[in-house]
Amino acid sequence: MSLLTVKNLALGYDSHTIVDNINFAVDAGDYLCVVGENGSGKTTLMKTLLGLTGPMGGEIIASEGFNKKEIGYLPQQTLIQRDFPAAVREIVLSGCLSGMGARPFYNASDKAIAEKNMEKMGITHLANRSYRELSGGQQQRVLLARALCAAGRMLLMDEPVSGLDPKVTLEMYELIDNLNKEGMTVVMISHDISAAVKYANKILHIGGNVFFGSVDEFLASEAGKFLSGESVDKR
Amino acid sequence: MMDKLAFYFEHKFVWYALATAVLIALCSSFLGVTLVLKRFSFIGDGLSHVAFGVMSVATVLKLSNQTMLVLPATILSAILLLRTGQNAKIKGDAAIAMISVGALAFGYMVMNVFAASANVSGDVCSTLFGSISILTLSDFDLILTIILSSIVVIVFVLFYNRIFAVTLDEAFSKATGLKTELFNLVIAVTTAIIIVLAMNLVGSLLISALVIFPALSSMRLFRSFKSVTVCSVILGVVCSFLGVMISIMAGTPVGSTIVAVQVIVFFAFWLTGAIAKKG
Repeated sequence: MSLLTVKNLALGYDSHTIVDNINFAVDAGDYLCVVGENGSGKTTLMKTLLGLTGPMGGEIIASEGFNKKEIGYLPQQTLIQRDFPAAVREIVLSGCLSGMGARPFYNASDKAIAEKNMEKMGITHLANRSYRELSGGQQQRVLLARALCAAGRMLLMDEPVSGLDPKVTLEMYELIDNLNKEGMTVVMISHDISAAVKYANKILHIGGNVFFGSVDEFLASEAGKFLSGESVDKR
Repeated sequence: MMDKLAFYFEHKFVWYALATAVLIALCSSFLGVTLVLKRFSFIGDGLSHVAFGVMSVATVLKLSNQTMLVLPATILSAILLLRTGQNAKIKGDAAIAMISVGALAFGYMVMNVFAASANVSGDVCSTLFGSISILTLSDFDLILTIILSSIVVIVFVLFYNRIFAVTLDEAFSKATGLKTELFNLVIAVTTAIIIVLAMNLVGSLLISALVIFPALSSMRLFRSFKSVTVCSVILGVVCSFLGVMISIMAGTPVGSTIVAVQVIVFFAFWLTGAIAKKG
């Protein structure tokens, strides 16, 4: 069952098209990695999937019974100001807002969801700490816990490991992999082809030549050969 | 000293001034946290200059009730300013500076060309620094202040969690289905209301102080959004109360006295924060 189906999508801004003819589908339980060079439109694609910017053309179809509000989102880290006074618990709880309708305050079940997700991310002991005092890896876990509060079934992540050291990066990947194994559908933007190939089951490459398919198909394709370094000279 | 205070508090206008000062401080410090964090510290300044311009026009037109003209005009500019902040050719700070200085110049010119009274510089001075108007509040002014500040507080409390989310991370909030435009609009309108109210208190040049100082002081010591908000509200109220009392006792101008108290508190908090960090 496809949760999201994207047909002939064209991306860009200010009437300038960056990339077009994107076709792919996200099935329940997928781990999809979106790869491509800087400026190829990866982040724009994610923003379009989230409805933050409109598409230049084509369409995004959500399957019946899948509400776009069920998508959790992990933005690039820089979006939160470094000096923002906010406790970890406050940030994680704010992920619950999307499911609250018109209710002004959090109720017991919202708080339980937040606690559960903090536990999942191993940050319960940090609940009362200030976000800005945490390390990069801890901050990403906080934002991931927040995204999980908003995510019913799908998680969109924009470069979740950028700026993290190798050890923390590995932990982060394992954490995401576990979430996926528990049934969460994952869509991730990544620079890291080797990790994409290792963890994902599907790859979407945008940029020069658009590719969508399974990891094996990707490795056999033009883009895959190029990106995994077999034919660097070709470009 | 007590005798002197008792003497002043026999007069109705002193009670009015104190009540207004505390209410306005309450609202402005509530919203200040959000405005400072959204990098809108100067919006107070810009809007108050717009309010000054409109007020000059109202003075020249000899309107008996200036607030009824100033309030809608300021709300309108607030909406325009925050709209352009998102995706405009002229970016946030430049737009604020432009409107602010333009309205200031226009207001001063109108006041001079169509002088309604003989003492133009006196009029301008009191609008800019609010030195006199706080002591000439009518029943209507007080009632209006009570109504508008209750609205601001109610709106803020009801939307507290959403305002936090939108301030923290607009993209995430929007992606998960929050109506971020609506909350930016709410923030813009409440800011405009506070500015117009606060003009009576500290005048249009010093309003930013009421908005930003309590928030900035609290951020020296506290680390969570809730504690910063609570502390900033307490600070705002206490500083305004002290400021009014001092200005009565010492005969200093109300607005600048309140701001002076806030500056002192800021340095005290900053120092405490710095020591706490080292220790």
